[in-house]
Amino acid sequence: MKFTLSWLKDHLETEATLADILYALTDLGLEVEEVVDPADTLGVFRICRVIEAVQHPNADRLRVCRVETLPDGPGGRAEEVQVVCGAPNARTGLVGVFAPPGTHVPGTGVDLKPGVIRGVESNGMLCSERELMLSDNHDGIIDLPETAPLGERFIDWKGLNDPMIYIKITPNRPDALGVRGIARDLAARGLGRLKPLEIAPVKGAFASPISVAIAPELKEKGCPLFAGRVIRGVKNGPSPDWLQARLKAIGLRPISALVDITNFFTVDQNRPLHVFDAAKVKGGALRIHPAEGGEEILALDGKTYTFGPGMMAISDEAGPESIAGIMGGELSGCTGETTDVFVESAYWDPITVATTGRALKINSDARYRFERGVDPEFTLPGLEAATAMILDLCGGEPSEVVLDGAVPDTRRSYKLDPARVQSLVGMEIPEAEQRRTLEALGFTLEGDRAIPPSWRPDVLGEADLVEEVARIASLTKLEGKPMPRARAGVPQPILTPMQVREKAARRMLAGLGYNECVTYSFIDATAAGLFGGGSDALRLENPISSEMTHMRPDLLPGLLQAAARNQARGFADLALFEVGPVFHGGEPGEQQLQATGLLVGAAAPRDPYGSRRPVDLFDAKADAEAVLSTLGAPARRQIDRKVAGWWHPGRSGRMTLGPNVMAVYGELHPKVLRALGVKGPAVAFTVLVEAVPQPKVRTPTRPALVLSDLQAVERDFAFVVDAQVEALTLMNAAQGADKALIERVTVFDQFSGEKAEAQMGAGKKSLAITVRLQPRDKTLTDEEIEAVGAKIVDKVAKATGGVLRG
Amino acid sequence: MDALTDLKAKYLSGISAASDEAGLEELRLAALGKKGEVSLKMRELGKMTPEERQVAGPALNALKEEIDGALRAKRAALADAALDERLKAEWLDVTLPGRPRPQGTIHPVSQVTEEVTAIFADMGFSVAEGPQIESDWHNFDALNIPPEHPARQEHDTFFMARAEGDNRPPHVLRTHTSPVQIRSMMANGAPIRVIAPGRVYRMDMDQTHAPMFHQVEGLAIGRDISMANLKWTLEEFCRAFFEVEQVDLRFRASHFPFTEPSAEVDIRCSWAGGQLKIGEGDDWMEILGSGMVHPKVLSAAGVDPEMWQGFAFGMGIDRLAMLKYGIPDLRAFFDSDLRWLRHYGFAALDMPTVHGGLSR
Repeated sequence: MKFTLSWLKDHLETEATLADILYALTDLGLEVEEVVDPADTLGVFRICRVIEAVQHPNADRLRVCRVETLPDGPGGRAEEVQVVCGAPNARTGLVGVFAPPGTHVPGTGVDLKPGVIRGVESNGMLCSERELMLSDNHDGIIDLPETAPLGERFIDWKGLNDPMIYIKITPNRPDALGVRGIARDLAARGLGRLKPLEIAPVKGAFASPISVAIAPELKEKGCPLFAGRVIRGVKNGPSPDWLQARLKAIGLRPISALVDITNFFTVDQNRPLHVFDAAKVKGGALRIHPAEGGEEILALDGKTYTFGPGMMAISDEAGPESIAGIMGGELSGCTGETTDVFVESAYWDPITVATTGRALKINSDARYRFERGVDPEFTLPGLEAATAMILDLCGGEPSEVVLDGAVPDTRRSYKLDPARVQSLVGMEIPEAEQRRTLEALGFTLEGDRAIPPSWRPDVLGEADLVEEVARIASLTKLEGKPMPRARAGVPQPILTPMQVREKAARRMLAGLGYNECVTYSFIDATAAGLFGGGSDALRLENPISSEMTHMRPDLLPGLLQAAARNQARGFADLALFEVGPVFHGGEPGEQQLQATGLLVGAAAPRDPYGSRRPVDLFDAKADAEAVLSTLGAPARRQIDRKVAGWWHPGRSGRMTLGPNVMAVYGELHPKVLRALGVKGPAVAFTVLVEAVPQPKVRTPTRPALVLSDLQAVERDFAFVVDAQVEALTLMNAAQGADKALIERVTVFDQFSGEKAEAQMGAGKKSLAITVRLQPRDKTLTDEEIEAVGAKIVDKVAKATGGVLRG
Repeated sequence: MDALTDLKAKYLSGISAASDEAGLEELRLAALGKKGEVSLKMRELGKMTPEERQVAGPALNALKEEIDGALRAKRAALADAALDERLKAEWLDVTLPGRPRPQGTIHPVSQVTEEVTAIFADMGFSVAEGPQIESDWHNFDALNIPPEHPARQEHDTFFMARAEGDNRPPHVLRTHTSPVQIRSMMANGAPIRVIAPGRVYRMDMDQTHAPMFHQVEGLAIGRDISMANLKWTLEEFCRAFFEVEQVDLRFRASHFPFTEPSAEVDIRCSWAGGQLKIGEGDDWMEILGSGMVHPKVLSAAGVDPEMWQGFAFGMGIDRLAMLKYGIPDLRAFFDSDLRWLRHYGFAALDMPTVHGGLSR
């Protein structure tokens, strides 16, 4: 919402300074976004007189002027200044506009300095309109009447000193979309007095030749009231200077007197109006009706729109002439030739206007205002005020008002409980002051009931009364009041076990050397498709770019794309991770928390010790296990190979616990890497944070530590097995030989590949394990150890077909 | 006795001159071995008279011990010298770099979320969460933003696609963390104190906007919680978060459909020299929106507005991070540029706590 200070003063009698007004506006909730004060740029330009202008001794086109200036304003000391001037109209006795050295000239962008022009000193400038950015006129310097007062600021004399104020209006304050509403707030705050608004009905000289009728189904809601009148014999030329200046100051282009008048009331009173050229309305009647759908209209913005069924139209005999409450039609619009005008003032339902406006994608000023809610009771006064101004500026003769419907009844009341301000806001404001505030804002008070004014559709409850009182009193005065914890003493822990986990996973991964990323939750369809996503259920209806069309099904695509970007920047070795949600469906809650780590390139930089080696799946596995342990996952897990298609089929696995998949790890499929532009090797793991079971009993007590005084015994076994036999199978078999005695089985060597096959036969490899025996009751005899060994060999043979390596 | 003196001199000088272990052993055998000169002399003791023996015995023993001691000392000295030699040979260039250890980092969004959580946890707020694909009822209607309300348009909402024939209003990507208010109250009722940090989405992308960012919502509902309590809570939060002695907040009337009264909150700051200082100076910077929870919102969440009242606020986590740590560009937060992650990231052990301080 833009307006000027002088426009505000049409409604507000005030002595307040601009700074006070700006502060109050923002504090009242009418946040000032921008102020353009002409005094800031043009305030130093003052009216001067050329005492004498003579020919420059060294230049034909220049004159040397002795200029009389009054730098302190009228009545101040006079100063004579010498100025070299090239304007053809520089002459003795000219009254013009002077800029002293040091002035920034807006039209040229130059900062004036004392200078010497062709050997003659020049200490300032006589200005043209273009140099002041008032017009394009640069034929000569400004030439004022002799009566113009010397020393006065040019903008004051010219009436240009009118600061433009741009405020942000929150959607609840349609009344503040009119200058009068803003003035009312300021008056309530105590910054002046709201001037009375007197609108006398204009008597009609004849019956309106255009009749109006609202379709019955719209009267209840869509269009409760439609009024208008014809004014005959108007002259629709340019509007007067004052009106044009106002509209220009707020960024509106003057069009013609009739249109400018409608724009004036839109801004002045938040009362949008429409003017039809009465001669172009066919059949002498306007119907307000729901469209059947398919009707077309060429609107004032030059575009053709097609009505959908139920959208409100204003039609004459020939068809729609206006998209009700949103935009008028081009064909019945007013032009310079218009002599008979029909002025429309109607009240349109906000929701209906909003729906239509959104469907047709029209963002007009009328829509903006009607969908926020204009004052229904001002429909007729607005028409009368506009009539008066049209008669004043364009002449003509008015008809009687024609109308259909009635002002909708918005009367309602709420209990004013003066204690509520204290209890809700925590400010002490005397009851009398509360009542004064509400009355100043236009509320009617009847006992303890407050009736909101018709222009405040946002006031819908007691809390709104409190807000109004507190807002006008100023929330700046609010003092903080301590709010103790519900329970005194040492604060209790507040994180849920899952929140603790998420944090632990994150810290663990950073500790393992990964850099945390936060990537977008939406990715492109191709990347989503590579990872099992990209379905319509996860598609955005209105993505902001083709890179962000689908909710991510997995964290890997985002991390891989991040890796590709970093590789392009010259970083080949990467350890990236993210902890965040992924989506498996489009319904609320169809999301899962993943912790994913990605390793690309080498495990370490080149160094003198040969640390550098390509990352492999066992790096990823170790890190996955570290995260799982941090999350409290049980140590014994199953491993299978039922991985999704984006993993390397032979080099990846899943860690499961019964039906729960807790983690996936391994090498990524080369096709996926190629598709996402990542140069391998790349290994990764994903821990499904929520799938790790919670401990059944939560107790800080640890189980008792059982230590044996008896010496543990370790024995090594090397087995020859088929190359595809998995170590875990072999270890489990060995472990099963004597569950009580065998404390631990570990693999310490694997010998496979060509050399191994040469020694042990095709398709064979050797796995070597260490078995640790922990006796409980007595030291083991050699025979007992032998017996366990034999059992281990036997079990392994049964489970894997392996034999002891000779 | 001269013979002993000679022996002593001979062996001690021999030992002293010995240059290695073998030479020493030779000397030991020659003196103290079974047929060594000293041993032979010892054997002669038996043939002596008791008187002679009383004199010669101790003298021989003393000689034996002296030679033995000298041998040991020399042996230790030789070992030391050999060790010194070895250590000298074992010289390494200690200026070479240590073995590489990867340096992980925590993203500023996570760090600041933990900082915010630590502060509010101390004030008795727990942490609530909600889905990011949200029903439009939770994201809008329940928050007193009915379908045609102009405020809906201002949210620049992302909508999920609807399957043909599914005529429910489309789900949205939550435009704010406020729907978590509704879910928390529906689940737990009143009284309640929660914060809800998390991702939110708006269709906005330019110099200062990203289509995804992070907010933290705060909600406190009780019998008599007022806006003055809200101000105090925010003052305490800002003082703790920005780690300054004092802050100055200014409440400005504003409008959010889900609060009544509503206020934008500005914080006093200074931008002198291009550097932001919180709590001093003459500038004011808007940092968050807040207000008293609208009675309709309480009702929608099943909380009786006749009995309960309280406040809510929402602020940008990314923005808090930018302000506190001097990070210039929001969009870089989501770019995963390794240089950025390393520069603005935090160490794994930089865990913010109220008692240990939020930042180092």
